[in-house]
Amino acid sequence: MSTTQELTTGAGKARQTPTGHRSLRHTQGNAPRRTLSNRIAMSLLTAAMVVAVIPLVLILFKVASEGLSVISFDFFTTDEPTYRTQEAGYRAGFVGTAFIMAGAIAMAIPLGLATAIYLVEYGRGRLASVIRFFTDVMTGIPSIFVGLFVYGLLISSAAVFRMGFSAFAGSLAIAIIMLPIVTRSSEEMLKLVPDEWRNASYALGASKSRTVLTTVLPAAAPGLATGSMLAVARGVGETAPLILTVLGSQYLVTSYFSDPQGAVPLQVHSGAAQPFAAGIERAWGGALSLFLIVLVLVVAARWLGAKANKLK
Amino acid sequence: MPATLDKQPSDPPPADPGQLSRKRKRVADPAFRWFVTITGTSVFIILAAMIVRTTTEAWPVFQHQGFFDFLTGDRWVSGHSRSGNAEDFTGVYGAWPFIYGTLITAVIAILIALPLALAIAFYINQLAPKRLKNPLSYTVEMLAAVPSIVFGMWGLFWLVPNVLRPFFEWLESWAGGFFLFKGPVFGPSYLAAGIVLAIMILPIITAIVREVIAVNPVDQQHAAYALGATRFEVMRKVILPSSFSGIVGASMLGLGRAIGETIAVMMLIGSQRGWDSSLLQRGDSMAALIAAQFKEASPETVRALMAIGVALFIFTMVINVAARLLVWRIGRVAGDAAV
Repeated sequence: MSTTQELTTGAGKARQTPTGHRSLRHTQGNAPRRTLSNRIAMSLLTAAMVVAVIPLVLILFKVASEGLSVISFDFFTTDEPTYRTQEAGYRAGFVGTAFIMAGAIAMAIPLGLATAIYLVEYGRGRLASVIRFFTDVMTGIPSIFVGLFVYGLLISSAAVFRMGFSAFAGSLAIAIIMLPIVTRSSEEMLKLVPDEWRNASYALGASKSRTVLTTVLPAAAPGLATGSMLAVARGVGETAPLILTVLGSQYLVTSYFSDPQGAVPLQVHSGAAQPFAAGIERAWGGALSLFLIVLVLVVAARWLGAKANKLK
Repeated sequence: MPATLDKQPSDPPPADPGQLSRKRKRVADPAFRWFVTITGTSVFIILAAMIVRTTTEAWPVFQHQGFFDFLTGDRWVSGHSRSGNAEDFTGVYGAWPFIYGTLITAVIAILIALPLALAIAFYINQLAPKRLKNPLSYTVEMLAAVPSIVFGMWGLFWLVPNVLRPFFEWLESWAGGFFLFKGPVFGPSYLAAGIVLAIMILPIITAIVREVIAVNPVDQQHAAYALGATRFEVMRKVILPSSFSGIVGASMLGLGRAIGETIAVMMLIGSQRGWDSSLLQRGDSMAALIAAQFKEASPETVRALMAIGVALFIFTMVINVAARLLVWRIGRVAGDAAV
């Protein structure tokens, strides 16, 4: 009894100096040095965290302070004939981005979802893991290369299906960039659906396809929406592939399969490259609106995702 | 929860499926299965189409220039032939200055981002108060969502004139004799592009390193604490060694991202066709050259840009496959910054 008592009090004492090295002969040992190095390392980690947060704050502040004054009703309803024009806006870009993103969403989300269903519900063995691996690898393909590919496929003089610069070409490029993101996040979400639910559905006599369509997909819906929104957030800010596929336009274009189309990131890019104050100001406005779109999508996706996780 | 589970046991049992629906089931089920299997393989079709299409477009350039010469030549003169036959080509295409620009900016980015990402990952996983963990990781992942054009504008109009240019001038006056920091100072340069790239690839490296160190067994850490180790010692001697391959994988993924980044680099690297050993000089990267030259390019030059794209693709592919293989062991990394 008394020995246990001693041991516990001994442990209690050691606890008071959790970093201290205790030896029978050296009450101090190298403890001061180790405590010091620990303290230095910990403060370095904290400092690194602070340093990492700074850029986001600075970007947010700069874009907001330059862009807010530009954004008005006219910014969304007028075109930009020249970079020097004082009263002008990015209507062409917003309409073009909406066209491009609508097409990209229509292509990437069904395809990515179907791939995810295959991976989670049907995929066994080597084929599934190879698909999984290359989906992961595909997330790292440079977006400019995707643009080059679509250019070679649809636009260049030696193109396979020649149709020229168009919103469709841009949609295809953005869809290819979004596809692996949709696949991966949908796969994670489908995996979260408990197997009991599937078994319950089978027990009611439902076939596998019916189980997937009426039990698994609705159960995973909020999570699937989260992943898709993050993919859209990624796609909407892409600039490089659009240079090679939609080319850009200063005036409103309403055709989808022909004619070069505008896009907000393209207008921001060309506006920022010109030495005219009015154009640069508008570029900030465009950058701010892109940033806000992405921010809203990401925050909404997080909110939905948190709700979906709570359900589980 | 979906309505299917809310059914009370008193609900009537499902009606007999009947002959018709059973027949349909026999067709519908395999059809659905085949449909998702084929869409699953679409990733291979897309990848194969990408490789074939761009390589055939670029082939005449490799024929005209020779693959090795293309990679090592340092002169780039656009030609103006229109036919697409290698015999008619008039330009000289050496991609070395752009390969150098790509590599040096990516290396700068990794050198800055990796230590920072390691520190952040350790801070969030091990040190941060519980309530701060999620907000902090969201903040870092938010950086991944910022469009690269916004990074480019911020870098060009704020960071370079206000922070980097004074810093470069100081660097040049202090270490200008050293070949890496030789003047004159422009704003846009390899170093400026590399620094902004570092901010851009920080989230992906952080996300993966966090996953990697999270799988380190807690028992092991507790054992080390029980032996009297300090927090720093646990991180350095317990977590770090077992996470080493994952961290290498994470930095390679970051490297792949940095190599493929286009718009921000294009705005910050200075667009100079040539290369210089000094980090303060202007240059060009492969991706930035493609985007910058494309609009004014003749048909022949577009093919040369395709060739650069193919080389870029090969680089990123090799790096990505190796990195994913290294990270693969710990399982797939979730989180949107990682994709």
